Amino acid sequence: MSTIKTIEELSNEVIEEFCVFDEWLDKYEYIIELGKSLPLIDEKDKIDDNLINGCQSRVWLACEMKEDRLYFKADSDAIITKGIISLLIRVYSGQKPADILASDFSFIDQIGLKENLSPTRAGGLVAMIKQIKLYALGYESR
Amino acid sequence: MSNPASDIRNQFPGLQNTVYGRPLIYLDNAATAQRPAGVLALQAQLGERENANIHRAVHKLSVDATNRYEAGRSAVERFLNVDPAVGCVVFTSGATAAFNLLATCFSARYLQKGDQILISEAEHHSNIVPWQLACERTGAELVVVPVEEDGTLSVAEVEKRLTNRVKLVSIAQISNVLGVVNPVREIIAAAHAKGIPVAVDGAQGVVHAACDVQALDCDFYIFSGHKIYAPTGTGILYGKRRFLEEMPPYMGGGDMVDTVSFARTTYNTLPLKYEAGTPNFTGQACFVPALELADTLRYSAEVKAQERAIVAYLAEELLRIDGLRIFGLPDDLSTKIPLFSLAVEGTHPSDLAQILDKLGIAVRSGWMCAEPLVRRFSDRGMLRASFLPYNTMAEAEAFVAGLQRAVKMLK
Repeated sequence: MSTIKTIEELSNEVIEEFCVFDEWLDKYEYIIELGKSLPLIDEKDKIDDNLINGCQSRVWLACEMKEDRLYFKADSDAIITKGIISLLIRVYSGQKPADILASDFSFIDQIGLKENLSPTRAGGLVAMIKQIKLYALGYESR
Repeated sequence: MSNPASDIRNQFPGLQNTVYGRPLIYLDNAATAQRPAGVLALQAQLGERENANIHRAVHKLSVDATNRYEAGRSAVERFLNVDPAVGCVVFTSGATAAFNLLATCFSARYLQKGDQILISEAEHHSNIVPWQLACERTGAELVVVPVEEDGTLSVAEVEKRLTNRVKLVSIAQISNVLGVVNPVREIIAAAHAKGIPVAVDGAQGVVHAACDVQALDCDFYIFSGHKIYAPTGTGILYGKRRFLEEMPPYMGGGDMVDTVSFARTTYNTLPLKYEAGTPNFTGQACFVPALELADTLRYSAEVKAQERAIVAYLAEELLRIDGLRIFGLPDDLSTKIPLFSLAVEGTHPSDLAQILDKLGIAVRSGWMCAEPLVRRFSDRGMLRASFLPYNTMAEAEAFVAGLQRAVKMLK
């Protein structure tokens, strides 16, 4: 039996963590802390091929497959964006392509970051989710 | 001093909005202005009671709608002080559509391989890309005049590039990033001295600067309605008749024709020659109440005084924020409009904008449709706050306080 937690379990963990914040300010401060603390990608992976289109800030997303699971690494030059990416990576890195494709990414909405899901949003979260799904689709169809 | 903004504000339902439970502070006016109740009411009224296609039918509704549309045109002509013997106003869906019309038709008539179009470094993409497309078609070249470090445009820099290869100068009256009024009158005089026509991008200028086309003597003047209280999907190309007569039509179809046969089609007279298809007749009619308000505001001493106070306040207070740079800050603040683009060292503009949004403050971040210019000054983009007469000094103060708070959170 694998000890890797499922997308649902990890999403619920994040949702629980965000429950303690009633103020948007505390929530954003937490996201900013996440953004500041994590080195998410090697400098060598910060190449144009890994840049995501559709983000106002620069976002790099790299993906590799080990065994039957996808591992994501990412970074952004904007801190809030980077903080949100780190949540995405926490939930989706280490999962199987089919499970990623089946996920509706609704935990973002549930932790109160729904406005970041608008297609024009500066953070480009929609573009990030699309890219994660594209990787999953690409590996699944191999 | 009384507060002119509070009287004006009451006319704008959009400004009464709250976002995230906070009163909206709308500082993205350089992108789109809120619409006054008079414009919103006319839009609704025309939709309900005077909706019929214009210029085509003899029935009453069509005649009424046509009159409304032409009244919109007259309002624009008055606002720009057009001499009907010299020039005319062509309706377009906005400034971008007007530039595409101009670039397509001007290049078809006047541009050849080796010719040049002169623009400045501080142009909106709408005054860059249509010319690049025209250059690709004709083999002409785009020549770019750099702006100074403080965001001003030097007449001498323009003048030294006015060779006999230049067929048109196309230049912003005020850059939507730098917010500094350019010396377009002097540029026009210099170009005309060499027989070169000049197009002026008045998208920001029509709101914040003198736009008397007779005094400027510009050959073309372009602006969008939605930045000056009119609905979206409205705009104009003013042009001198001698060019508009000579240039070929832009799009073919309804209303732009005189007679059509399969052998040969003749075209309608100006301005309809350039208005193919059913136009946004409801929107363009709303130029009447929109420009009536704009006209009142542009001659109000109180409005002017408040605008100057906001400019002076922001120029001083913003620079107190550690690591903050303002792009477009001439020593002479009289040429600076209440539009401030900035960056703060160690923060990303999109992060700043997201935190300000949570505070109810709507600002712009990114490249602002002027990527070449923005990249020269800041490789991560900029944050922009832009004000109209309905914005208060209290809002300017809230912006500075919000920005301080956002910077503190991010650093």
